[in-house]
Amino acid sequence: MKLPTLREIGTEAKLLLIGIPVLIWTMVPIYHMFLFAISPKQDAFSGKLWPDHPTLHNFHIVFYQQHYFLRDFWIQFWNSVVIALSAGALTLLIATAAAFSISRLRTPGGRWVMNLALLTYFIPAAFLAVPMYRTMGTYGLLNNHWSLILAMVTIASPYAIWVLKQASDKLPVELDEAATMDGATTLQLFRLVYVPLMMPSLVAIGTYAILLAWNEYLYAFLLLSKDTEITLPVALGNFLAADDSPWELLMTTGFIYALPPAAIYYAFKRYMVGGLTAGAVKS
Amino acid sequence: MAITVSGSDAAIASPPLSSRLTTPQVWGIVLLAPYILVFLAFVVYPIGYGLWLARHPASYVALWHDPIFARAAVNTLIFLVVGINLKMAIALFLSGFFAQQRTWIKWLSVLFILPWAVPSIPTILSVRFMLNPEWGMINTLIFRLTGEDGPNWLNDPTVALSMAIAVHIWKSLPFWTLILMTGRLAISHDLYEAAEVDGASWWQKFRFITWPSMQTLYITCTLLSMIWTLGDFNSVYLLTGGGPADLTHVLATLGIRYLRLDQLSLAMASIVCALPFVLPLVYFMMKRLSR
Repeated sequence: MKLPTLREIGTEAKLLLIGIPVLIWTMVPIYHMFLFAISPKQDAFSGKLWPDHPTLHNFHIVFYQQHYFLRDFWIQFWNSVVIALSAGALTLLIATAAAFSISRLRTPGGRWVMNLALLTYFIPAAFLAVPMYRTMGTYGLLNNHWSLILAMVTIASPYAIWVLKQASDKLPVELDEAATMDGATTLQLFRLVYVPLMMPSLVAIGTYAILLAWNEYLYAFLLLSKDTEITLPVALGNFLAADDSPWELLMTTGFIYALPPAAIYYAFKRYMVGGLTAGAVKS
Repeated sequence: MAITVSGSDAAIASPPLSSRLTTPQVWGIVLLAPYILVFLAFVVYPIGYGLWLARHPASYVALWHDPIFARAAVNTLIFLVVGINLKMAIALFLSGFFAQQRTWIKWLSVLFILPWAVPSIPTILSVRFMLNPEWGMINTLIFRLTGEDGPNWLNDPTVALSMAIAVHIWKSLPFWTLILMTGRLAISHDLYEAAEVDGASWWQKFRFITWPSMQTLYITCTLLSMIWTLGDFNSVYLLTGGGPADLTHVLATLGIRYLRLDQLSLAMASIVCALPFVLPLVYFMMKRLSR
């Protein structure tokens, strides 16, 4: 075995000098949340880095809805799930159809639609929120889950169409020609050739839209207001309304809320990194 | 089934549409229709309605006289110019760090992506509690170590805005580091080896190899991040709520504040005021991405 030279040790030390602060910076807010979640109330405020008596009692309170702020926890959790999955499915459906139409069928005006979609992608979400709120009122959709689902589809689909178009432009034209020669109808081409080949991108886009909708706060908080209609992030924000809000329960709920997207992210990381970052910024 | 021509529509599209549409073209329109409907109903109509609401010159006069608007505009500018450039510079630096081939760095990068993977609401609230002057973790630690009370973090507008920027950086740094890293990994390793042989310093390698191949990507990322950060409502709203005394608002939270106060025309006017700055950025990005 070769002993490391002085220079190698120096390089390693320099890297550690960067790595350790990065690790601390990244983990502090998340660890703080976790610490509150496993601390009994009196421990949570003592400023200890590990509680004297770690407990899962907070999770018990949340799961059994044993606090005023948590009385609708499960229904709010369910609302988040329904809205995220619906927005994901609808975005996928609309964006795949549009990308197929623009890229494979070369529908006249498709390029135009693509550019308009891209333009929407660049409107800061908070700027569209105010007129969107009024529009949903006009359509009579306020306090209805559809308002949030449709708003999320509106925000997610431009990027979805763009990524899917980029990916489908890479499929060879000969594929479509061969299938058409064999007598495939357009719909069969879509179902039997296009969708299977696009699977990795579709998984990435579906995940993207689901995470976007699950994480959304601003639109959810504007468009939904009844306690039994709101999603989890809005419920978390509502904790702030009271001065004596139970932080340890808020952090526990937040921790539970943060787990599914983190799990999904790591499970689909392969697709996310390949499918999204490649398209995110073309150099 | 009729013989279909899917590749060369340009020649077919010119005669009257109704008589010459082939089956794939009909399908093309049918498949594109759902998105067009969404676009008309939830983009075109709201924007048109918003602009119509913002048509009164009186709204702009009112905005001009509202000190909170002026403050929010300055805050937004600080957020973008200081915050984003700081973030991108750190991301550029860290992209070099994470490009190193080490097992422990690979593991660190898995953790490093966490802020991006978890929702922002609970983590922002976590930071908010940490900074609480009486009960927060930071001031409790300061008291235990020094016996003195820590500062009232979020009660000072400068510190509060800096904290909001820090939260924003915390959340989106992993994403941009990842993007810049893909750019960095695309650079041929031979160039660095040749430079090594010539005895180039660390700075020379960055200046003459890394930067020239990354500058377009870097600038694109910076502009894109600026556009998106204009819409960052959460970092400010959930950390400071715009306070103390409405001194830490940015344009994204100000619009919602006016909406809550039922001053809809002011909300729209404040957004319209940002357009002269946003549209050139958007135009530039469109040119870059729609090729």
